[in-house]
Amino acid sequence: MKRYLPLIILAILAVLPVIGLSTYMMHILILVIMWSVIGMSWNLLGGYCGQVSFGHAAYFGVGAYTAGVLYSKFDLSPWWGLPLCVVVVALFSLVLGFIVLRLRGPFFALATLASGEVMRITAENWVDFTGGTMGILIQRRTWVEKTWYFYIILIIAALTFFMIKKLVESKLGYYFVAIREDQDAAESLGINTTLYKTIALCISGVITGIAGAFYTNYMGYIDPHVVFALHDISIITIMIVMVGGVATFWGPYVGALIMVLLAEYIRSIPGLGAAHQTFFGILLIVIIIFLPNGIVGDFQKLKRLVGLRRASG
Amino acid sequence: MSLLQVKGVSMFFGGLAAISDVSFDIQKGDILGLIGPNGAGKTTMFNVVNGFYAPSRGEVFFKGKKISGLKPHQICKLGVARTFQVVKPLQRMSVLDNVIASAYLRVNNRGEAEDIAREKIKFTGLHDDVNVISKGLPLGKRKKLEIARALATQPEMLMLDESFAGLNPAELDESIEIIRKIKERGITIMIIEHHMKVIMAISDRIVVLSYGQKLAEGTPNEIGNNPLVVEAYLGEAESA
Repeated sequence: MKRYLPLIILAILAVLPVIGLSTYMMHILILVIMWSVIGMSWNLLGGYCGQVSFGHAAYFGVGAYTAGVLYSKFDLSPWWGLPLCVVVVALFSLVLGFIVLRLRGPFFALATLASGEVMRITAENWVDFTGGTMGILIQRRTWVEKTWYFYIILIIAALTFFMIKKLVESKLGYYFVAIREDQDAAESLGINTTLYKTIALCISGVITGIAGAFYTNYMGYIDPHVVFALHDISIITIMIVMVGGVATFWGPYVGALIMVLLAEYIRSIPGLGAAHQTFFGILLIVIIIFLPNGIVGDFQKLKRLVGLRRASG
Repeated sequence: MSLLQVKGVSMFFGGLAAISDVSFDIQKGDILGLIGPNGAGKTTMFNVVNGFYAPSRGEVFFKGKKISGLKPHQICKLGVARTFQVVKPLQRMSVLDNVIASAYLRVNNRGEAEDIAREKIKFTGLHDDVNVISKGLPLGKRKKLEIARALATQPEMLMLDESFAGLNPAELDESIEIIRKIKERGITIMIIEHHMKVIMAISDRIVVLSYGQKLAEGTPNEIGNNPLVVEAYLGEAESA
């Protein structure tokens, strides 16, 4: 049963649009799936390989702008951005990885944080190419309906899920975890840590980039503040994985579901909506103190905590 | 032919010479003991041979090929594996997964890697702890895990950095037995050890380091009777 769980969930999701959900519900679903894709990709690099990136907005933004610039400069459908950003983001990750992967631990985290900001400022100022803070508006939207967007992101998520599952169970997965646990030991056991960290970064970056290219197509408008955002992209990505569970298969999905719903809910409360990030901050502190392995990683503990409350109440 | 040759190796950290102009050879199939007082440069010598440090001067050859200057993973691939004095298990992985991760060096599929890993785990006597997360192992078993992991890379030469320190007498005997069995398999061993009894019992040759310099080299017997070595370890003999 447990083996088929991913397929069952996929099947249920696939029939959801048929039963006629409201446009708003479809929008929420699309966001949840898109964020789980980004969460999965971050989890590969940060969770399994132990390289905590605070700059995944860089990859998201480069993917989004690949699609956007194809449209604005070359008059091509922004959908071409999805296959093209595989190449663009892979090259970008190689260059960035060459610089940031020399650093370890907190220094790596800070360098990635800076790289996201550098990309945002570049996109703001390279007006001829990116349109600067005016952003890029896709005037011809492919569909008004959400159904096809939903299926496209669902396919991306499913492929990502099965690819990462295969990867984590393979030699590469063992190497990633070995690097996370002790880089010196890994190196002396014959693992080329530089090479495997670069591979993890490239795969992670490309998947996030694809999500970014999808975002351009789906939202129809991008600007540097949105797609290279430190708090709205980089930090939320980390939160999703932290809340769901670092280095777990299901963590990014659970995290994405909770974070998207929570964001939508808090934003709808009058007078408090603007403070949604305050709530995220509090949530993160609570998670780190009580469920350091996230909801999936500490599920047994969570059940105990809830059970305790019931028993005493 | 000697398997490993250390030729005139010096290692400076800033102005400090951790090792100065040390040379020795290890014959294939031998056990070479590396001894010396604290701070003599034994672990630094391991780090040079293993590739963590590129020597400031001098060269290291393995099977006639120069390995100084190569990265640790390249040297490991050529057939030199090591353990660490301060054990470095992959903490949140089980014992089996720890060993599988290093077995993957020579094979690519999971089944073969697991076969190698299980054999090495049995060999080092950890078979009761296969599924234990290595964080929870007591020190003696972690030291064995280090050995199992190094063996899983299928080395020709194994470097053991104080694999006996902190073990109780029963564990000590087991470990000596393991090292004898490794030697029987034709694997050359270089070992750092403070237990003189152990080192005298198992070594074919011994190199003594003191303040980064080679003080003496020879068979256990020669070393035991060498006044220089006795002096370095026990202080100057009183002239009566």
